[in-house]
Amino acid sequence: MSTDTLLRVTNLRKHYPFTKGILFARTVGQVKAVDDISFTIAPGETLGLVGESGCGKTTTSKLVLNLEEPSSGEILLQGKPIHGLRGDALREYRSLVQAVFQDPWSSLNPRMMVGKIIGESLVVTKWGSAAAIEGRVRELLLSVGLRAEQALQYPHEFSGGQRQRIALASALASQPKLIVLDEPVSALDVSIRAQMMNLLKDVQARDNVAYLLVAHDLASVRYMADQTIVMYLGKIVEYAPTRTLFDDVQHPYTKALFSAVLSARPGQQADEIVLSGEVPSPLNPPGGCRFHTRCPFAMPRCSSEEPVLRETAPSHLVACHLYDQG
Amino acid sequence: MDAEMASERPPGTVLEVRNLTTHFFLRRGVVKAVDGVSFSLKRGEVLGLVGESGCGKSLTALSLMRLLPRGGARTIAGEIVLDGEDILTKTPAEMRDIRGSKISMILQDPQTSLNPVFSIGNQICEAIVRRIGGRKRDAVPEAVEALRRVDIAAPEQRIGQFPHQMSGGMKQRVVGAIAITGKPQVLIADEPTTALDVTIQLQYLKLLKRLQAETQMGILFITHDFGVVARMCDRVAVMYAGRIVECGPVRQVFDSPSHPYTRALIASVPKMTETADRLPTIDGQPPALWDLPVGCRFEARCPHAEQRCRDAYPGSFQVGVDHTADCWRVAPA
Repeated sequence: MSTDTLLRVTNLRKHYPFTKGILFARTVGQVKAVDDISFTIAPGETLGLVGESGCGKTTTSKLVLNLEEPSSGEILLQGKPIHGLRGDALREYRSLVQAVFQDPWSSLNPRMMVGKIIGESLVVTKWGSAAAIEGRVRELLLSVGLRAEQALQYPHEFSGGQRQRIALASALASQPKLIVLDEPVSALDVSIRAQMMNLLKDVQARDNVAYLLVAHDLASVRYMADQTIVMYLGKIVEYAPTRTLFDDVQHPYTKALFSAVLSARPGQQADEIVLSGEVPSPLNPPGGCRFHTRCPFAMPRCSSEEPVLRETAPSHLVACHLYDQG
Repeated sequence: MDAEMASERPPGTVLEVRNLTTHFFLRRGVVKAVDGVSFSLKRGEVLGLVGESGCGKSLTALSLMRLLPRGGARTIAGEIVLDGEDILTKTPAEMRDIRGSKISMILQDPQTSLNPVFSIGNQICEAIVRRIGGRKRDAVPEAVEALRRVDIAAPEQRIGQFPHQMSGGMKQRVVGAIAITGKPQVLIADEPTTALDVTIQLQYLKLLKRLQAETQMGILFITHDFGVVARMCDRVAVMYAGRIVECGPVRQVFDSPSHPYTRALIASVPKMTETADRLPTIDGQPPALWDLPVGCRFEARCPHAEQRCRDAYPGSFQVGVDHTADCWRVAPA
């Protein structure tokens, strides 16, 4: 939106072919995991991506991490396209965009000392001498609330919350501009989640790093994100600054998602929208608006005409016919 | 003993657990995973059991089912009075008849609780035949009825399908159908919705509520999610390091938590309706279960810790109607 954009995603699509047969496989359809989405992330900003399983949020994060090639559309980091990079350019991209994954039990190599895990990206990019790297690792451990001498321990000696801090330290090693956080706290215990979220915010304030936060817990998105995108079956259904979105939920799917969040206070449940049925298969998504099969406000028009994402209030984008004028 | 027990048991109690103690006996020492847990469950009531990983909530459930993991876990003390009888005195053969017909369980992951190589009809019929005998073929109408009760559309067709042909939410409903075919008085639900999406979770919770209203079974609902507790439970027990540290009616525990751990845990959950700059946290880690302090187990992390907390474990003190907390600060003067 502003000229000050770190990451720009335009008309991004990722379709996976769906094949039948083993030897003479033929394509019988396309799974439209991500279907024409656009968004931007400013430096030092957090964009939250929410939705249920199969909505395309993980595919989106893989595309941003350059682990998948898009079917069409493009992603620009600081104005330069990220797909098709090779050699040094790709290595530079990898140091600018890092990731922290959900499960700290599988994302750290159990046979490597923590210091080696954190310093690995520095060794690969020939960041400096061995002594300089050691110093940097010590600094990183301190910055995520661990002790410098813990560099010599192995991952199994740490708790889940501490492991997630190690994963964050290793993501921060190369001084990235953007970190993809894929469900960073959902594997952690309730009392540890708050510590991790506070730490992520502190790191962001200090290093001005941007986050793409993939999550299904709306309350933590509210706490962490500046902008929020709600996805359903590969499409963006609502996109707004987090405050605006939480104060004025517009899309019926977002409303249902919000009402399904159980308030951690008894007797505080607002009017509840219980969706019937389950998310349709992305192999054969419903025509028109993809949500119309479960939408309590569906009109005849919704099954034939696909709604476009449009501004219903300043910087509040919604894809729903209910908000069409005239 | 029986007469005395009957008199002190409040009417409608289906499950009374007293001083349940299950330890792991390992070479490195004794892991006191469940260490003196007591609670009761009434007919038609949902009791939430909340706590963080390793606090002993799942092992409490397995102790109640008498399905302890192999490798040194033993229930060494306590009573589990189900329907007037202490099931800790039952033989393994007697327990097989009790499971399913008096007490049943739903586990967290429907992916692993159903057998992938048998049709779901086969698996439901197996539970029915185990209880009433006869042939599986004759149990099919009852299995279809069981699927209908858990809101599975077209159960006659679904019954021949295999687990991989169903979504996670649907599989968990099948697991629920199997759990209640024997009309148990007590259902243990161990994080039944943790693997489900939020909109599907809400459907499932509503289903459990409806089934409970129909059957009046008591549900022990194990979770770490306070939202689920607020939505589902009548009473809640908070577990920490092998003990229940606070237990009471949901409203009271949420509105006026008496144990510092409960208070800190509730405060650390981000809220949908509030914007906070920082979340309050609980510093430190729970104590190691093989090296527990003599005093209060939360003392090292507690902002109010004093000398008496280090000297002795506080008893359970009454803080309200049907509401207790294990904390010296609420001890009567």
